[in-house]
Amino acid sequence: MSSDHHDPLLAHHFDDMEQQFDTNKFGMWVFLLTEILFFSGLFVAYAVYRSNHSDVFEYASQYLNTNLGALNTIVLLLSSFTAAWAVRAAQLGQNGLVTKLLGVTVLCAFGFMAIKAEEYSHKYHEGLLWGGAEHSIFKVDTNTVDPAVAEHSEYWSEVKELPPEFRRQIGIFFGIYFCLTGLHGIHVIIGIIVILWLMRRNVRGDFSPQKYDAIDLGALYWHLVDLIWIYLFPLLYLIS
Amino acid sequence: MSNTHDEHSGPGHVLPMKMLVGTFVALLALTVLTVITGKMSLYGFDLSIAMLIATVKATLVAMIFMHLKWDRPFNGYIFLVAVLFVGMFLAYVVADTKEYQPDIKGWTDQQISKPASE
Repeated sequence: MSSDHHDPLLAHHFDDMEQQFDTNKFGMWVFLLTEILFFSGLFVAYAVYRSNHSDVFEYASQYLNTNLGALNTIVLLLSSFTAAWAVRAAQLGQNGLVTKLLGVTVLCAFGFMAIKAEEYSHKYHEGLLWGGAEHSIFKVDTNTVDPAVAEHSEYWSEVKELPPEFRRQIGIFFGIYFCLTGLHGIHVIIGIIVILWLMRRNVRGDFSPQKYDAIDLGALYWHLVDLIWIYLFPLLYLIS
Repeated sequence: MSNTHDEHSGPGHVLPMKMLVGTFVALLALTVLTVITGKMSLYGFDLSIAMLIATVKATLVAMIFMHLKWDRPFNGYIFLVAVLFVGMFLAYVVADTKEYQPDIKGWTDQQISKPASE
């Protein structure tokens, strides 16, 4: 259905709206492929360490709060649901609803980050950090642990009795934990920026059922962030 | 609010509201299930079961929320290629690390016992 009239929404190098839409979506999927491969390096690091030191992973996962992890999973699933709904609303031209649903998505994203911040600050306070961190209690040589941390960390009395090599391995577990959740957290922050930008554009009236590509692609990105957390949650929090 | 497809005149597939809500409820139920099974001891199958549940959840998100079920098949192939290469990456590296683990363990044990023997 090529048109000879110039549609301002159609870029001149596309035949029609559908081709334009499909091309944008194709580009987004290629980008998502690079994102999956980007994360895979850390997942492989996780797999290598877990396959060689399953005892360390079982021991160290007790330091993670399963309830907060589960709560964050639910918060992200809710945000994915509202993002998918926002796409539907955009397709049907319900622009007021799109703004509200994207708003809920952003609120959930902030909620996720708030819960994450609570977890991180607790870990920092207790010295549950990667071995190289100044504030960490997982040092091979117990004399190098910051005395101030050792004094207030409720885990120190137990951790200092562990074999040095085991303590070092727990430090590596936390290195992987912070890299994986940190990289994921950065993606959540980027998602917040993208969704706020989409809200602004929606309020400005940029979108219509004929042209809502940006909302669709933004939602795809947001679903990928959710997809990665779906694997992170059992891999980090549910090691029995 | 009616749920018919007819109102949509632009490109793309419109998800019925029922399917959106159903998928969300299924994802919540699977999250509860994975927390429950995660707390049980499943005789060495804990990781396999957790990964199976995660994969079912991921498939629901990809097929329905991300529209892959109704999308052009090529987008789905891109996604599968990504998953396939992650699988290859994982399999080769884990097989490789297993291969050399006895040597590494021998070396670390030696390093640990060193200060005591000197």
